[in-house]
Amino acid sequence: MIAIVDYGVGNLFSLKSSFAYIGAEAIVTGDRQRIESCDRIILPGVGAFGDAAQKLREAGLDQVVIREAEKGKPLLGICLGMQLLFDKSLEYGEYTGLGLIPGKIVPMRGVVPDTYKVPHIGWNALRFPKEKPCSPLFKNVQEGDHVYFVHSYYAAECDSWVSAWTEYGALVTAAAENKNVFGTQFHPEKSGAVGLKILKAFCEI
Amino acid sequence: MITKRIIPCLDVRDGRVVKGVNFLDVNDVSSPVTLAKYYSEGGADELVFYDITASFEGRRLFTDILTEVASQIFIPLTVGGGINTLDDFDRVLKCGADKVSVNSGALRDPGLIPAAAQKYGDQCVVLSVDVRRVDGRFTVFAKGGRENTGMDALEWIRQGVENGAGEIVLNSIDTDGVKNGFDLEMLSAVCELVDVPVIASGGAGCMEDFTTLFTQVPKVDAGLAASIFHFGEVSIGDLKRKLREDGINVRL
Repeated sequence: MIAIVDYGVGNLFSLKSSFAYIGAEAIVTGDRQRIESCDRIILPGVGAFGDAAQKLREAGLDQVVIREAEKGKPLLGICLGMQLLFDKSLEYGEYTGLGLIPGKIVPMRGVVPDTYKVPHIGWNALRFPKEKPCSPLFKNVQEGDHVYFVHSYYAAECDSWVSAWTEYGALVTAAAENKNVFGTQFHPEKSGAVGLKILKAFCEI
Repeated sequence: MITKRIIPCLDVRDGRVVKGVNFLDVNDVSSPVTLAKYYSEGGADELVFYDITASFEGRRLFTDILTEVASQIFIPLTVGGGINTLDDFDRVLKCGADKVSVNSGALRDPGLIPAAAQKYGDQCVVLSVDVRRVDGRFTVFAKGGRENTGMDALEWIRQGVENGAGEIVLNSIDTDGVKNGFDLEMLSAVCELVDVPVIASGGAGCMEDFTTLFTQVPKVDAGLAASIFHFGEVSIGDLKRKLREDGINVRL
């Protein structure tokens, strides 16, 4: 059973539906004990980092997610949920994240050329780091497969943990991982067949 | 590099897909769920659903269909039509929409875009504008293109983006249904004006029209069309293969 952590941020309909579609059992829950009883955790999220981090904390779920991850349970953060996994974010101030992957969240503006639109919205290609073995998350997909992005900030100073890049005038972190903790900046639940393969691979980790 | 998007648009009335020629004439085409699945498998990058029902019953039917589509199709879904309040945003987002497109609702209530952008984020708010030339000036039309508002389209779009619209769908009434190509002049004017994604709508008649669009107006992010896809005149797969041959970056 997969727990999709519900802390009042974002639309979880598609995530839940996509797991149902690939035949995996998932529940949307903000209940600590139910999250603990599941064998995998999804941390979703949209909106601003500070607001989401606060809501996660207020719901008392930040510690649950950290504890379960430290026990070795597979955890996948998606979009803002991925960004929350890092140490901190500089989005509208400075906010502390869960500290499960080293690195920080910074604006794309200033890193990507001015001629590129920010937010980065649309389908972009996955590029895997050459020097590393393929992430278990990407065992069923190919270099160059397209996934769907919607974001204005990205994870930086985390090169050793990057499992996929995407090119947008600069190399931008598309996915990162630290042992059993995985994060995708893109939305696998909105990335068609490629995204479903990635979610399926997560269910098999 | 980010790809150019190809987006089929499905106008839905009483649970069925229809497409108007110059917005006035409608023909029943097919089931929204069947079409959505067909397009998604064929390589559509996104789907747009316009609810053109007026009745309460029709609206409920629409959200039922949206829920069904969102349970089976995992690409971005944009919903428009009858979006007048934040409750309307809420209603369609809960059924699986990713973005919500506002048109007449924003004209009636200029506070709708900023309120929605603040609540759901800019990326969720799409400003759709029906534009026609009146005495050589780009002018905003309301009510599905039937009513001249007298407003300057470029000024309206600029304000919309400033207020938090994260994307623009530009429907040229002048080229819509004529199948003679997109309105390149109008699109260029809007692309020079704003730096959010711009989706071209109205006028696609053949595959070549998309190549012309993306080469002549390179800042356009996406091309939207309905009837040429619904009637099978152009398949999305063929279109995207042709675009790639023509040197346009698309997802295959």
